[in-house]
This record gives sequence, C-alpha cells and structure tokens, in this order.
Amino acid sequence: MQPAYSVIFLTTATGAGYGLLALLGVLRATGDLPDDRAFGAFTLALAMALISAGLLASTAHLGRPERAWRALSQWRSSWLSREGVLAIISYGPAALFAYGWLALQQNDGIWALAGWGAALLSVATVYSTSMIYRSLAAIPRWHHPLVPLNYLILALATGALWLNAMLAPFASGHALSQAICFAALAAAWLLKIAYWRAIDGDTGGSSIASATGLESLGTVRPLDPPHVQDNYLLKEMGFAVARKHADRLRRLTHLLAFLAPLALIVLQTVLPGQASLFAAALAAVSVSFGVVLERWLFFAEAQHKVMLYYGADRV
Amino acid sequence: MTSLPKTRPAKRLGLVIDLDTCVGCHACAVNCKEWNTGGHVAPLPDTNPYGKDVDGVWLNRVHGFEAETETGGRTVYFPRSCLHCEEAPCVTVCPTGASYKRGEDGIVLVDEDKCIGCKLCSWACPYGAREFDGDGGVMKKCTLCIDRIYNENLEPAERQPACVNACPARARHFGDFNDPDSDVSQLTAERGGVELLAEMNLKPTNRYLPPRPSATVGSGASLEDAADAGGFLGWIDRVLSR
Repeated sequence: MQPAYSVIFLTTATGAGYGLLALLGVLRATGDLPDDRAFGAFTLALAMALISAGLLASTAHLGRPERAWRALSQWRSSWLSREGVLAIISYGPAALFAYGWLALQQNDGIWALAGWGAALLSVATVYSTSMIYRSLAAIPRWHHPLVPLNYLILALATGALWLNAMLAPFASGHALSQAICFAALAAAWLLKIAYWRAIDGDTGGSSIASATGLESLGTVRPLDPPHVQDNYLLKEMGFAVARKHADRLRRLTHLLAFLAPLALIVLQTVLPGQASLFAAALAAVSVSFGVVLERWLFFAEAQHKVMLYYGADRV
Repeated sequence: MTSLPKTRPAKRLGLVIDLDTCVGCHACAVNCKEWNTGGHVAPLPDTNPYGKDVDGVWLNRVHGFEAETETGGRTVYFPRSCLHCEEAPCVTVCPTGASYKRGEDGIVLVDEDKCIGCKLCSWACPYGAREFDGDGGVMKKCTLCIDRIYNENLEPAERQPACVNACPARARHFGDFNDPDSDVSQLTAERGGVELLAEMNLKPTNRYLPPRPSATVGSGASLEDAADAGGFLGWIDRVLSR
C-alpha cells in the first residue's frame, strides 16, 4: 500500500497525543502527577497540539476536504466514522480536565472523572483508528488480530515517553513514569516482533487462480496486462518501493523505536541533573521517529489482494 | 445508509462473463468508458491522455492470463469490473454514506455529492473495482449502467450494460440472479459459474464461466482403416498400405 504521509502523520501524532492525554488523565486522577500549573499547561498543550495537528493532517489526503464533516454520520457501520466522532467527543472531557487542573487546581470528584473520561475516549479513538485497518480483509497484513494491540501499545509508549520527557524538569526521578515507559516499550517491542513474524510466515489465502476463477485449469500466470502504464490501483495498492529495504528499515525501527529509548530511559535513572533531562528528551524524540518508520513500514509492507490480478502469486 | 440492505434485494442484477468465449478485444472496456464518461458517473477523466504517463479512470479492465493445463497452455482473457457483492465491504467502510447498495436490485453505487474522496472503499475492495477520480476528488465505480438498464428512451434491446451490448463474442450476459429462469442463472447452473475469491465470503453477484476443456489436436490417435470400404478410397488405402 502507498504510504500517504498525511495518514502516517495522523496515526503517529494522534497516537502520541492520545497516549499522553490518557496518561495525564489517569495519573492526575490518582494523584501521581505534580500540581504545577506550568507542567500541566505545557503537557496538555503538547497532547492537544499533537491530536489536533494529526486530525487536521488527515483531511489533507481527502479528495474533497470541505465535505469532511460528512464523515461523522456513519458511526453505526464505519470505523473511520467512529474515529472521527470519538475524536471530537474526546475534546469535551479533555477541556473539562484541563479546566479543573489549570484553573481550579483540582484533581478529585468531577475533575478526576473528566480525567478518566478523557483517558477512556483516547483509548477508544486509537482503537477505532486501528480498526480501520484491522477491518480490511483485502489487505491480510492489516486484517490481523495483533494490529489493534500494536496501535494501542505504541500510542501508550510514545505518550509515556513524552510525559516522561515533560516530567523530568518538574519532578526529577519520577519512578512511576519511568516504569510505565519501560513496560510499554518492552511490550510494544515484543508485540511488533510477534506481528512481523506472523506476517512473514503468512503465505496468503488467495492465489491468481482463486482471483480469476481459473482453479480448474491448473497453474495460472499473468500474460497480458490490461494497460501499459500504472493506473490508480497500481499506484495506490501496488506500492513496492520499500520492500527492497524492508529488512534495513525494520532494523532501524528496532533501534529507534525500542532499543534506543529503552537504553535512554535506563540512562535517565542513572545520569545526574542536566544529562538525565537530555536522556529523557532524546528518548521521546527517538521513539517518535521510530514509530513514524514503523508506520511507514506498516503501509509499505501491506499487500493488497488486487495485486493478484497484476502479477502477485499469493496474497 | 452505509449499512447493507437488511433484507435480500428483490432482484439481484449482475453479469455472467464467459471466459471460454472472451477474445480479449477490450470492446467492453472501451464501450464502458465511452458510455460512462457521459452517463451517471460522468466524467471518467484521463490524466495526460496524449503524453508520456497516461492515466485515467476505467470501470472495466481486461487482463490476459495464461494457464498451464494438462493438455498444454491456454490463454484466457479476463474482464474485471465491480461484482456488486452482497456483503460489499466497500459499502460498510464508507464514513459518509456515499457508498451504498440498493435494496431493490442490489446494485452498488457511489453518491458523488456525499463522497469525500477518502479512498477507503477502494482499499476495502479485493477486486480493484473502484478507481479514484483525482480531478473531481471522488471515487468512481461500475453502475451496472443504471442509466441504460432502466432507460425507457432506449430501445428494449439496448437496455443492457454498455459492456454487454458491445461484446462481439457474446461473452457477457446481464440479468437477474434471483430469477432461476434468467439467462444468467441458467448459464451459471449449466457451466458451473464461479465466484471470484470465494474464500473471502463477500458473495459477489457476478459469475465467471470457466473455459471449457480444450479439444486435443494431433494427439496421435491411429488412422482409420479404409481398406474394407472398397471403391477408390479402399483401393488407395490398399495400395498405400503395402
């Protein structure tokens, strides 16, 4: 599949934003975050900026962006519609939560509830995003049970690392935040490895013969293409540029998204003062680039069944 | 709207495509393009039509395949267009209600005034039936020529999809699969019409008729003995058999 930059930005930015918002909502309600207004303002602003920028970017890949509002109507059947509806609803408790923290310095009662609500809606929104891909049976590498888990845990990991980076100057040595980072990164890494193994081992459920209905004839090969230059299908679904470098890009993803951030979080706990802050910030930057790479591969490595008509043996 | 019809459509209109007789002339694809660029889904734009990188929206594409059979190679031409699935995944993914399946005849259509051009429906279709119109920013697909099949301004014989009318080999047939006496139902039953990608359980309406087994030529069967036939032929046979 063609990796659209706007969609990669959408899923990674909103993932990090919702991960951060969910953690803020929960940890503030449980009293595990500093009351500091500046910390609250900066961190909430970062979360909402990531979410809003991601959502705005998503309209960039539309053919008719001025009609984007129509996408809110089909939440009964469409995961894309559900994503849009949940994303908009989540601004409500997020605003209430921010008001309680920044204006009233409260973190109990209704304000705690707002935090939990924002967290719950964040999880639901990321889940909807992942289900857009998970529900497409025409693309077996997306139609995989690990896909929603991958999306959710990577959103949590990127959000946790940004929270950790923002916390560092305000509450040095926040053990809980570091523990969450470590656990989320480790779990995300294992899940990603499991996913890559699963898709590498899958030989595909459809063949040229089943796609053409020629199973009774024997081995079927493409002979004469219907057109001599790439059409929409080949440009959108036939993207194969990345396959050549997939191994190298996967190694780079292992490094940037998982290994380096894990090492940097450990370094953060042992390094003194400024160096510790720097390690936390670098970990957040590293995981962000790593996740962009991971998402790019998620698109580029996905094969579409329509390619059976254009020369793919099995998908 | 983007939920599928709750009850099975009263009619299930669709095509039967005969892979035995299709000669791969592309007439169906050309007539489809010609009709539809002025019809219900008009226009079907072309990008850079006379330049180096030609691209354009076509609702029907004719592929050529080659099969290795027990009796040798076999060339099969394969027209590919929307199959108007009963469990159309392109309909349920649509966030706006633009993509819909008609309750009365099962035809899958796009309401272009509602389409936001998110392309998700084209991702959901394993058959590649939908092509994006970059000029209009909306998705295009086969309409089964709803503007022909119900068009009372056309002669009754013309009230068929453009691809069916154009086919010189009569490899394309249009009709109602719910009617057991229709051409399409009869052909499907007689010739063992197949569903494409049946393993995906999308219940496509259109059926493809697999090629008949090819006649074996030069298989080395021994020649008939004509000696007993008498007459000139018998005499020739006797002389040449000496």
